[in-house]
Amino acid sequence: MSKKTYIQAITDALRLELGSDEKTLVFGEDVGKNGGVFRATDGLQAEFGEDRVFDTPLAESGIGGLSIGLALEGFRPIPEIQFLGFIFETLDSIAGQMSRERFRTGGTRHMPITIRSPYGGGTHTPEMHADSLEGYLAQIPGLRVVTPSNPYDAKGLLISSIRNNDPVFFLENLKLYRSMKADIPDEAYTVPLDKANVVREGTDISLIAYSAQVNQSLKVAEKLEKEGISVEVVDLRTLSPLDEETILKSVQKTGRAVAIQEAQRQAGIAANVASLIAEKGALYLSAPVGRVYAPDTVYPFGLAEDDWLPAEDEIEAKTREILNY
Amino acid sequence: MDNEKPIVDFSALRDELGKNYEPVQVMDGQAKVIKPEIVSKYSNDQLVDFLKLMIWERTLHQRSNALTRQGRLGFYAPTEGQEASEMGSNSAMKKTDVLMPAYRDIPQLIQHGLPVYKAFLWSRGHVLGNEYPEDLHAMPPQIIIGAQYVQAAGVALGIKKNGTEDKVAYSYTGDGGTSQGDFYEGMNFAGAFQAPAVFIVQNNGYAISVPRRKQTAARTLAQKAVAAGIPSVQVDGMDFLAVYEVTKAAREFAAAGNGPVLIETLTYRFGPHTNAGDDPKRYRTKDEEQPWFDNDPLIRYRKYLTDQGAWSEDQENDYVEQVKADIKDAVKQADDAPKQKMTEFLKNVFEEQPQNIQQQITEFQAKESK
Repeated sequence: MSKKTYIQAITDALRLELGSDEKTLVFGEDVGKNGGVFRATDGLQAEFGEDRVFDTPLAESGIGGLSIGLALEGFRPIPEIQFLGFIFETLDSIAGQMSRERFRTGGTRHMPITIRSPYGGGTHTPEMHADSLEGYLAQIPGLRVVTPSNPYDAKGLLISSIRNNDPVFFLENLKLYRSMKADIPDEAYTVPLDKANVVREGTDISLIAYSAQVNQSLKVAEKLEKEGISVEVVDLRTLSPLDEETILKSVQKTGRAVAIQEAQRQAGIAANVASLIAEKGALYLSAPVGRVYAPDTVYPFGLAEDDWLPAEDEIEAKTREILNY
Repeated sequence: MDNEKPIVDFSALRDELGKNYEPVQVMDGQAKVIKPEIVSKYSNDQLVDFLKLMIWERTLHQRSNALTRQGRLGFYAPTEGQEASEMGSNSAMKKTDVLMPAYRDIPQLIQHGLPVYKAFLWSRGHVLGNEYPEDLHAMPPQIIIGAQYVQAAGVALGIKKNGTEDKVAYSYTGDGGTSQGDFYEGMNFAGAFQAPAVFIVQNNGYAISVPRRKQTAARTLAQKAVAAGIPSVQVDGMDFLAVYEVTKAAREFAAAGNGPVLIETLTYRFGPHTNAGDDPKRYRTKDEEQPWFDNDPLIRYRKYLTDQGAWSEDQENDYVEQVKADIKDAVKQADDAPKQKMTEFLKNVFEEQPQNIQQQITEFQAKESK
């Protein structure tokens, strides 16, 4: 065991998989000598050489296409898109190409690609650097969208993603990169894909969240515990496809649910969670499903972002509202 | 002040751009041999084989056209006029090379190993048409213009990283495709990585209705490679031997580790963009079309070989009948393909099925067993 930050856990996973599978390749903008703009790939080029860990020209669509071609030649690409806001440049590679190949070829070809990308607000980045775009990605058949909320999951989920034979979009929360530390095993381990995690058990209400919002939800749960309210917190971990069983089981137990996301309300992950509960768990409910989200605007410029992002007190208020419905 | 010479003469610079491209030609439209040293490398039997490839493609086109009209094929992008460009380039490749085609490159895919009936199934929208055996080194036809170029760069880099000798990735696009970002990114990535890729632009004059001159201010499409630091060439795309020799040289250059090459073939799409309602009369004149029809790639090699006594009308008729019979068999085979099942589709979304897929497989299994 070693104490590792969220980003160190990611580096650790990359190092272990580069070491154990010679077909893995790490590439992207500035990931080589520079070790990535956040140092997620720090030291990897020095350890594994320029053939395995390399810089690409500055073009996201090229990085996407490169990944597909390398996969066809038998490699296991782990490209980095420097910020999630840059994926629009490579959306064809993701939505139009790699996620379709297994289907398109009748299962005769596969794309074991893990695209890593930082996202999430609250760190005062320029425009297009903090957006939560997971809702776009969640609509793509054949693509898994995975995001960890802590260092343990960051390492285990990334290793599972890399070893999976289908494309995974692996979202790394910018704000969590260095703000979270935890003791995690030094060796390689996996955390299952397609499985949500009940990170805190409770009986009165389910807070269903992911990424940084899990930690905010846990704080709300601790606060309400002092008032004798028992809050269950579910960390989705895989945003698409959803782990319906875990969500429904939790709601069946508590009878109340709040779905939480950092993204704008429209067409988001929380909407998928709410519609799932409406479709398959309505009779468990004692109150409507609550949702916490950001306003339906473009992500605002730096100074206003803290006003825009869903805050802990918003989660608390919504939780109380649904509890007292 | 007005007469002062500017520090840079941009007009002169512009006028020089792309001037050094002279299309390579081996035999002209009247079957006059321009490069006898090339023609003499081949026996008449070899040249007959080349001619037969073009006749095969023309016959495939004619049958595909007819079958589309009868409703027996789905999507079809006519290839008539591009036989030298397509067969000449593809014949220079090896079966172990990786072909990244677009939707007008079905004849190359078939020559690379795709059974004709599978090409027909693809046209109809049957996934069996895209199930390629492992030793068919190709991807299904790309629909998104230019996407195959960035992927070809990836395949080429993979070949290089695997250390595979004598192997290249090759990809096709049209004149319209050279306007796409992926076209530039593909060339630039392959160039930056010095990866063995051969990029072929079939300049057939039109991107659906938009003429080549409206795509770009560039004098040639070949010169677009210059900015990526890779060599390029223009070739008479109606001249089989010219395309073949140029592609062979490009392949050897790339396979030897010298980085990628771009080839622009000057050809013409005799028919419409696709058979789904495009009418070239809306955007082309007869006066423009006629010289191209006269320049039909089949004419010059047919004439040359007939003059040599190596080919005759009877031989051609016999061969065409044989090709037609093969196509008839392929249609029959395509007709025999099983009806597609939703459960099979669902099983090919992921290797390990998540809950939503499992649930939907169960739902559709119930429907399909009724």
